[in-house]
Amino acid sequence: MSIEDIQNEIIDEFAMFEDWEERYQYMIDLGKDLPLINDQYKTESNIIKGCQSKVWVHAELNDDKIEFTADSDAIITKGIIAILIRTFSNQHPQDIIDANTDFIDKIGLKEHLSPTRANGLVSMVKQLKMYAIAYQTQIK
Amino acid sequence: MFNVEDIRKDFPILSRKVNGKPLVYFDNAATSQTPQQVIDVIVDYYSNYNANIHRGVHTLSQEATDLYEQARHKIQAHFNAKFAHEIIFTSGTTHSINLVANGFSSLLKKGDEIIVSALEHHSNIVPWQMLCERTGASLKVIPMNDEGELVISEFDALLSKNTKLVFVNHISNALGTINPIENIIEKAHQVGAAVLIDGAQSAPHIKPDVQALNVDFYVTSAHKTCGPTGVGMLYGKEEWLNKLPPYQGGGEMIAEVTFRKTTYAALPHKFEAGTPNICGGIAFGAALDYMNSVGFTAIANYEHELLEYATKKLLEIEGLKIYGTSKQKTSVISFNLEGIHPYDVGTILDKLGIAVRTGHHCAQPIMDFYKIPGTVRASFAFYNTKAEIDTLVEGVKKAKMMLS
Repeated sequence: MSIEDIQNEIIDEFAMFEDWEERYQYMIDLGKDLPLINDQYKTESNIIKGCQSKVWVHAELNDDKIEFTADSDAIITKGIIAILIRTFSNQHPQDIIDANTDFIDKIGLKEHLSPTRANGLVSMVKQLKMYAIAYQTQIK
Repeated sequence: MFNVEDIRKDFPILSRKVNGKPLVYFDNAATSQTPQQVIDVIVDYYSNYNANIHRGVHTLSQEATDLYEQARHKIQAHFNAKFAHEIIFTSGTTHSINLVANGFSSLLKKGDEIIVSALEHHSNIVPWQMLCERTGASLKVIPMNDEGELVISEFDALLSKNTKLVFVNHISNALGTINPIENIIEKAHQVGAAVLIDGAQSAPHIKPDVQALNVDFYVTSAHKTCGPTGVGMLYGKEEWLNKLPPYQGGGEMIAEVTFRKTTYAALPHKFEAGTPNICGGIAFGAALDYMNSVGFTAIANYEHELLEYATKKLLEIEGLKIYGTSKQKTSVISFNLEGIHPYDVGTILDKLGIAVRTGHHCAQPIMDFYKIPGTVRASFAFYNTKAEIDTLVEGVKKAKMMLS
């Protein structure tokens, strides 16, 4: 599935929720179900700066597609990570670079997009795209 | 007679909604809210008096100067400084601390020691570290115990003839502990050290008497005491302020300028280079007027009641731990839910219209001491109510249910 298709799928899922509570409960559940990152990748150098909670991201290139794994010590942050990983993992680097992230707004999580907010969603997206740029250069 | 419902009517922001819910504002230790009386002063200033001060011959400038200097006298009276020129207007506590730290650059040498406490805000650690780097002096730390209190016997051991400065906050911003500053000041003076007390967290709750305390420097910000942001003050004993060199060069702080030499203005202008936050200074005075009209004894008694009520109610929640359990504390509760990140709790509370602070509260050494990433901090002011605390308790229960 393309990034856009996945994003539309997520938008449809979130459209079912009636209020913030259901949305957040869903994110919390996504956070709990996030596959574990291998502990060896939870290093200082894999921490994304700018988050009030700790966020680790690891990226690997398999068959010209990037596979992301990540973790956080805060569960709502993990939920956001789960959504981002579902969107961007197993995609070609160039598609990740080109993808926009408007869907975050459409699923009612706009408040997390503010660059001044300390949860670092913006930093996370930036970091995923940085990995994509790095791997794209490598492929070329 | 203290009546919280009447007081709340003075604060327009308290009737707004956040995320569709009535605002419950429990981030008072970061910034207090502003009463209409202070907002009116700000509007009045820009409507009727706005001009540059201390240098105009025209009426507006003189009226603005009078208002600004009246505010200085109000602050002098409030903190009971001996002279009005011992009150220096600054942009806030951090600016005040940096002004003193910078001044001491020329007074310290290698081998001198500065003592700070383990309970300090970053703004009371970093300027001293920078000062030590510049001068070769070294930084010593008074440790804390599990209750979040300073270990005074360790302070005694750190004091020596090498001690030149002692910097302690009156009240810890992260935990609410009231430090025994009278004792600290007296002991520091016995070895000839100067003492700076950071009053950012105490000024909203306690009316300090700088002469009775015999403190050398006392600093605070207006926005902690119902005033605007971007303005604060440094109190310094006259003898100390005369000893310190000017901090910033510019207009206002000079007596005479030639390209060969400049002579500096007398106190307080020596430290007030450039056009100050005139309106802010005037509003700072008005904010202290407002708080005095409510009365600090009434404020302290009522806030203590809120603290005891909230402590009892919150501790009824299973798995909730409070950090900072000193018997001597102000209306600040720092807590965590077992196994749940404070950021998650803060996010859910925000959705419920409850404003709390989460994180390390610019006091990472304290978080390291407890081995936690941060806490949720609820801090109460005299305009908060028990009903709001009930809302917080229900919110925390809901957060726990959603996040467990």
